[in-house]
Amino acid sequence: MSDTAIKPRMEKVPFKEQFFQKLPVLLVPLLALAGLVAIGNPASWLTLTVAGLAMGMMIFIMASGLTVVFGLMDVINFGHGAFVAVGAFVGFTVLAWLAGWTASPSVMLNLGAVLVAILAAMLVTGLLGYAFERVIVMPVYGQHLKQILVTMGGLIVAQQMIYVVWGPDELHLSRPEAFQGSIVFGEAAIEKYRLVAVGIGLALFLAMGHILKNTKVGLLVRAGVENGEMVESLGYRIRRLFLIVFMTGSALAGFGGVMWGLYQETITAHMGSEIMVLVFIVVIIGGLGSVEGCFIGAMLVGLLANYTAFLAPKVALISTIALMVVILMWRPQGLYPVVKAK
Amino acid sequence: MADNLLTLSGVHTLIGPYHILQGVDLSVPEGGVTVLLGRNGAGKTTTLRTIMGLWTASQGEIRFDNHLITKLDTPEISRRGIAYVPEDMGIFTDLTVAENMMLAAASGPLDAKRLDWIKELFPPIGTFWGASAGTLSGGQKQMLSVARAIIEPRRLILVDEPTKGLAPAIIKAMTDALRELKETDTTILLVEQNFAMASTIGDTVAVMDDGRIIHSGAMSELVGDETLQEKLMGLSLEAHQ
Repeated sequence: MSDTAIKPRMEKVPFKEQFFQKLPVLLVPLLALAGLVAIGNPASWLTLTVAGLAMGMMIFIMASGLTVVFGLMDVINFGHGAFVAVGAFVGFTVLAWLAGWTASPSVMLNLGAVLVAILAAMLVTGLLGYAFERVIVMPVYGQHLKQILVTMGGLIVAQQMIYVVWGPDELHLSRPEAFQGSIVFGEAAIEKYRLVAVGIGLALFLAMGHILKNTKVGLLVRAGVENGEMVESLGYRIRRLFLIVFMTGSALAGFGGVMWGLYQETITAHMGSEIMVLVFIVVIIGGLGSVEGCFIGAMLVGLLANYTAFLAPKVALISTIALMVVILMWRPQGLYPVVKAK
Repeated sequence: MADNLLTLSGVHTLIGPYHILQGVDLSVPEGGVTVLLGRNGAGKTTTLRTIMGLWTASQGEIRFDNHLITKLDTPEISRRGIAYVPEDMGIFTDLTVAENMMLAAASGPLDAKRLDWIKELFPPIGTFWGASAGTLSGGQKQMLSVARAIIEPRRLILVDEPTKGLAPAIIKAMTDALRELKETDTTILLVEQNFAMASTIGDTVAVMDDGRIIHSGAMSELVGDETLQEKLMGLSLEAHQ
């Protein structure tokens, strides 16, 4: 390099700029604090906060795949709810087969049954995702309107297939013995299953963060979200990556379906399309394609839904939509917008 | 004259309804720098993108190292030894400089010796190694873009206007780097509108207009022939003399 060249040096990012960048992370504790002030009673607040976080974690599990699929592949998949519903029904079947394990007082057997149900649901929905991508999505890459239409069609077909296999009635999905009931902290009663959901959701978020940050596949996904063409120019086959990500996203939706089914204790063929409203809100709030934003968005939606349901049940109906409107007015691209190459 | 590493014969490219390349015939000799000149909209970038497989040629042949690559997909073309530095630099701004470089090393881990050479060539790569690529200046991003293209040995590098919008000091650094790269037997096909810069490192030159090559030959011939320059001036060169 020539002597006349400008000598580079690292500049410190101003505190104000750093604070603004990190601000979305602070929204969750700020909302929790506001909830404490509004509710007044710490015991009720603790119960609602854990319920909100559990709900948020389950929505995150379902939404994380959708946001990565959108970010990387630019595919708007309205059929994502099909994987949630199919996952829940597969989980139901597996848990029915393992009724001996779920009825046992052994925590290990109960956990084992849920784990087997989740793995089976992920396997089935991952394979379903493979077929969905090859048959339905692949012919309409780059055509958003057609994507909406055909993926909606795929969702309807999947719902009808559920009717064929499991029948039209809603089914009751019992939680394993060890996950029933509550744990009492002082005056607060916290459902055991919600604590399990928080733990599982948090573990998934950390695992996804680790994979995206520290593995080559993660690097490719992050780079592909920003500029797929350049990833191909570096010698990587992005279509193969698309398929892997789509299957993973579908499997995560199936995972979320089992968790959501156990949470609601009732499953229907339409549960996927019903929960998709919240899933889309979370994905939009977070910034399309951002896993971190999706996680924060899910926590905000979960907490707000529970607080408003307690404080003003009528407001609860519009609280999540209102949250989305406020956040988009503040940050029109969502909390963590993913910058895509033109 | 060295053998041709890359040859385009009668290449046509359509982008939607637009017929951009209208029979491009271009030869890039092995070793050295071939400069592709031309006014805005002449088809220079489309030529590079067509070679890279990002646009598909509707007619004609592209041969690289005597193998037909016209219908190959972009990853396969890249694996054959062609690197691409696009006009917009194609930096992954959400990734760190280190992650950009790691991703560019598609065939395996980073070669420490080669990385040291690159850091000497472009000091900001070392200085900002752990920083987000999005925080780099325009010149530093351009250096990263070129550094990424050469992190693994490549036979041919397609570079699209590397000095566009850069400060004189950065242009000089970039020119020095390309000159050093030229000494490593890497062939460079350089799209450039800055004739003053291009004439100092170019060995051969091709001038494009309206999707065709209208002149090709030795750079020294063009530099030494004012009449020829005058003839081509109106097409591309006057603004950057």
